[in-house]
Amino acid sequence: MSDVSLHPARLGPRDVLRVGAVGLRTRPVRVFLSALGIAIGIATMVAVVGISTSSKADLMAELDRLGTDMLTVEAGAPLNGGDGAPKLPKEAVAMVSRIGPVHKVSAIALLKDTTIRRNELVPPERNGGINVMATDPDLLGAVSGGMAHGRWFTSATAAYPTVVLGASAATRLGASPGELVWIGEDRFTVIGVMRPLELAVDLDTAALVGWGAAEKRLSFDGHPTRLYERSNDEAVASVRAVLTRTVNPQAPETVQVSRPSDALTAKEAASGSLTGLMLGLGAVALLVGGVGVANTMVISVLERRQEIGLRRSMGATRGQIRIQFLTEALLLSGLGGAVGALLGALATFGFAAVQGWPAVVPAWALGGGLGATVVIGMAAGLYPAVRASRLSPTEALGSG
Amino acid sequence: MTLEPVISLSDVVKSYGDLTVLHGVDLQVRRGELAAIVGPSGSGKSTLLNLIGTLDRATSGTIRVAGQDVGVLDDQQLSALRARHLGFIFQQYHLAPGHSALDNVADGMLYAGLPQRERRKRAAIALERVGLGHRARHRPYELSGGEKQRVAVARAVVGEPDLILADEPTGALDTKSGESVMGVLRDLNADGATIVIITHDQEIAASLPRQVRVRDGEIVDDRGPVIAA
Repeated sequence: MSDVSLHPARLGPRDVLRVGAVGLRTRPVRVFLSALGIAIGIATMVAVVGISTSSKADLMAELDRLGTDMLTVEAGAPLNGGDGAPKLPKEAVAMVSRIGPVHKVSAIALLKDTTIRRNELVPPERNGGINVMATDPDLLGAVSGGMAHGRWFTSATAAYPTVVLGASAATRLGASPGELVWIGEDRFTVIGVMRPLELAVDLDTAALVGWGAAEKRLSFDGHPTRLYERSNDEAVASVRAVLTRTVNPQAPETVQVSRPSDALTAKEAASGSLTGLMLGLGAVALLVGGVGVANTMVISVLERRQEIGLRRSMGATRGQIRIQFLTEALLLSGLGGAVGALLGALATFGFAAVQGWPAVVPAWALGGGLGATVVIGMAAGLYPAVRASRLSPTEALGSG
Repeated sequence: MTLEPVISLSDVVKSYGDLTVLHGVDLQVRRGELAAIVGPSGSGKSTLLNLIGTLDRATSGTIRVAGQDVGVLDDQQLSALRARHLGFIFQQYHLAPGHSALDNVADGMLYAGLPQRERRKRAAIALERVGLGHRARHRPYELSGGEKQRVAVARAVVGEPDLILADEPTGALDTKSGESVMGVLRDLNADGATIVIITHDQEIAASLPRQVRVRDGEIVDDRGPVIAA
């Protein structure tokens, strides 16, 4: 009696891969088409996550630059609905500047009935949507603004008939520094044009005059319309808590405080729901891709009965046949996943480049995408692989 | 070496439901034999080959192959037995279309646990033995029918099995190609290989040292030199 131990030899990992790739190598077109479904799904998901992450990174960079430490103060609606709109007290700016952590505070006042014109021949109704506002020299710092042309107010120029234009106001008016414009019935000299402001968008369409000049020439009553306040980031909450009472101790409920950076964050959150929808679409594509892989595998098993029979006759165990087809399914979906992840990353880089965002493809999205393809490959390959392994050798060979 | 026969069947019965295709077959094949199992289609000769090749199980009776009682082995052990002790040759060659002749032959040892380099080395030697050393790099579609079958023969012998089972090896070939394949099988037998050929072709059977005639599920004649036990 020959004393051989009848234990099947194990296939090494390289042989498992090589045997698993046999079916892929012989039918490249089918491989391409069935991997395509997976690739589209993964590419969608990676691109959606990548693009939304890139846009978020861009927002964070923007918030970092603009600061989240700005609060604005406005007069709200009257409580009892009576005796006209409430106004902020004249001394509001001085009061707020006494709050410890506040390091910048400034105000604007909308001069409602005052118009600005290029010259006296233009009828006052044609104001081009430009609001005339009074302000003080601290405003530029408080809103992190900058000048596109000319100069900002100094305490000296603020007292004279000078005007600084917002970015849009300057284009609409067609005026540049050094030129004269008509405000009310008086001539003012344009001394500067501001760059667009992201945290105080309404100043872009404003024509700003000095507090003193407004009081003297435009019958301004001295009540501010809105305060801009900056403090340390950590102190924003505590400043916010005391702001209404500080501004108007008699009627704190008529004072409204808001945080402009919240609007940007809210905008991002709104686009987040769209991201969810797109991710859902990607998941559906992935599922359809998985069904495609399963379909390909079932057909492959049917077509390759003779190969299965031959391998069984050469000594392959059921387990080795199962592993072969499972490996094939995994390679198929893994191939789709890798191509999809690459396409998704490229799409993200392309889109971010066009938008001028920093391109960010989170590692978890790539890892998750590839992980998902492994799970899908397993799920799609399991049934066909088990079917292949259950074929009896004689049945598979078509003999007997 | 052992004197035990490579194949030993005693009172083997195979039924499919009510249909009995083998009625108590007794057969022994000794090491170094070249035997034909010959009979018309439907005689049960293919069933006999499947049982000897451990691709199917007998309904009753005992089958011993390469010293093992295959009735008591499980599927894993049977796979190991086939991987190390048996080589198959089929009428339809069953070559992998995308692989070279060399890799097709090397695959014959895939499940025997040898590393790929060693498999290829032995495959090159096996191809030389069937006279196809110069065709090692060719794909199956570049080979003639006779060459394909010789590649399949090389694949069956590459692992030096105790027994080679050939199922109508010349069935799909013209006379000349068939003769070349038979010639290769005779040469292998002369080198010591034990070969059993299933065929319906009387002429081929007659050219072999031993003929086992099967009809209606029974051995009706067993002719040939009796090798001393």
